[in-house]
Amino acid sequence: MSAGVSLAEKSAKTSVSEPPILQVEDLHLRFGGLNALSGVSFNVSNGHIQAIIGPNGAGKTCILNCICRFYQPYRGRIVFEGVDISKVSTHRVAELGIARSFQNIELFKGMTVLDNIKLGRHVHMKSGFFSGGLYLGKAKKEEMRVRTEIEEQIIDLLEIEAIRKQVVGTLPYGLQKRVELARALAMKPKILLLDEPMAGMNLEETEDMARFILDVNDEWGVTVVLIEHDMGVVMDISDRVVVLDFGTKIAEGSPKEVSTNPHVIEAYLGSEAAAHSKLGL
Amino acid sequence: MPCGLFFSGYEKDDAIFKTVWLKVWMVLFVLFLLTYPLYAQAVSEAVGMNTLNLFNLIFIYIVGAHGLNLLTGFTGQISLGHGAFMGVGAYTAGILANLGVPFWAALPAAGLMTAAVGMIFGIPSLRLKGLYLAIATMAAQFILIYAMRNWEGLTGGSSGLIVEPASIFGISFDNDFNFYYLSLLFAAAATMYLKNITRTRTGRAFVAVRDRYLAAEVIGVNLFKYRILSFGISSFMVGMAGGLWAFYITIISDEHFTMWLSVQYLAMVIVGGLGHVLGSIFGVVFMVVLPEVLRIPTEALSGVFPDISSIFASLRELVFGLVVILFLIFEPDGMAARWHTIRAYWKLWPFSY
Repeated sequence: MSAGVSLAEKSAKTSVSEPPILQVEDLHLRFGGLNALSGVSFNVSNGHIQAIIGPNGAGKTCILNCICRFYQPYRGRIVFEGVDISKVSTHRVAELGIARSFQNIELFKGMTVLDNIKLGRHVHMKSGFFSGGLYLGKAKKEEMRVRTEIEEQIIDLLEIEAIRKQVVGTLPYGLQKRVELARALAMKPKILLLDEPMAGMNLEETEDMARFILDVNDEWGVTVVLIEHDMGVVMDISDRVVVLDFGTKIAEGSPKEVSTNPHVIEAYLGSEAAAHSKLGL
Repeated sequence: MPCGLFFSGYEKDDAIFKTVWLKVWMVLFVLFLLTYPLYAQAVSEAVGMNTLNLFNLIFIYIVGAHGLNLLTGFTGQISLGHGAFMGVGAYTAGILANLGVPFWAALPAAGLMTAAVGMIFGIPSLRLKGLYLAIATMAAQFILIYAMRNWEGLTGGSSGLIVEPASIFGISFDNDFNFYYLSLLFAAAATMYLKNITRTRTGRAFVAVRDRYLAAEVIGVNLFKYRILSFGISSFMVGMAGGLWAFYITIISDEHFTMWLSVQYLAMVIVGGLGHVLGSIFGVVFMVVLPEVLRIPTEALSGVFPDISSIFASLRELVFGLVVILFLIFEPDGMAARWHTIRAYWKLWPFSY
């Protein structure tokens, strides 16, 4: 899988010195006595693909849930484009330009693919219960304009023309994941939070999804934060990697730096001593 | 012979009546509805029941059932208070009319009043779902009925409230013939409204709240706003139905708007098809017409066996209940779903590949 962006371009992207689009500062999250996150900080630069990796239960999804305001961290801040969003209500986050997909698909199962994607445009549309109910003039024009935009920009990009009229619940898993990405894209996001977009996919579907993520990042300039267990994908497409273990950041850097970091190897494989003791050596 | 429907524009693809034949059928159906009162007399005599009265009831209930369908079918919030909400609309319209407010102002006022009441009782929906919300709205039902019965200065209490028939521009809607066109207009408007709202931004947000409220919030749907809005629109429609009912029946009392009516409304949208615009229409027709149809054989049998006529009277209700149960077992998605299946089969007959 060759990444669509050459290494030279990637280093060019990194060298641009502008403030990060997303800053996670000293995030602490606790469930009862369990410390889910204890002091995680990292920055996401504008235009980057940044991966968050770590073993199961490391707190990766917790960070996304804090950014989306599902969880309220008891300490720390999340700054998006220079604005602290720690007090913003959940539904307002979308208006700021933050879109996400979920690990377990969270699509509206009873609706068609097209309606699901149109829902992504919700915050960018204006018609209300009165104008929409009359379906005249403005409301109708808006519907038609959104439909055209979605068809030409998103459905075409993600190659889901054939299934747009189908009810989402009847689609296979891989396509549902793709529709979820489409819905997130319809939000015209500045930053896209993807929670295991390749989970449970075969090689071909994984490659397609990686291609879509690179296309979106490259052509639309959308910053991507990616949680993924498929190391091949992470190493291939991400500009920067943050590694978590037990709610703390244990490493951060380029994919190459991270993959040779002893802490990371320990988190994934266990320490040499532990490995030896398990083997009874 | 077409082998599929192909459109050359998004607007055509999004049209409600997509083919020429559908449009033709629709025009014929509208013509039938518009001309029906002219030969209603003959039909009524042939089948032995007042069909114009049935049509009027159907049209009034369609307005209310669309309201409940929006709330329960599209937004996924159950309400057992819609019977009382209809009563709020009826009393508001009746009281205003008796104060001399003209019909064209009293009816929307009834809708707005009911919307306000519905939104207040809809506030628990932010925290409650399913059975819990059903119980909370049931409380609304009992509170409102209690108010209607005991606030005698306003509602006339158990002796009821007499309402003057509606009149616009000197035309009085005091008979079935005139009222037919009035209620038909409102039923058609409610149907158009529901259809349109469910294919635009607001309706999609309602369905999003129903299917996955967490995901809905992430894409920017304000849960509180849309849950309350759904209660408001739904109550507005059922309040309008109540207002129409008051002007049609011309004497209202709390006995019309009991729990039984709430359950009946719920049965209408469930049998018809939750979340389908056609569902509320089918459901209302079914629930209003079936008891009348069942009356024919039971009355005939009562004539043959007069000694056990009381058994046949209850047999009618038994058959009615049985039919509803069978519907729920064999077509849980309602009559609208079956309608879509039948239509899909005939669409390209005989070459439906």
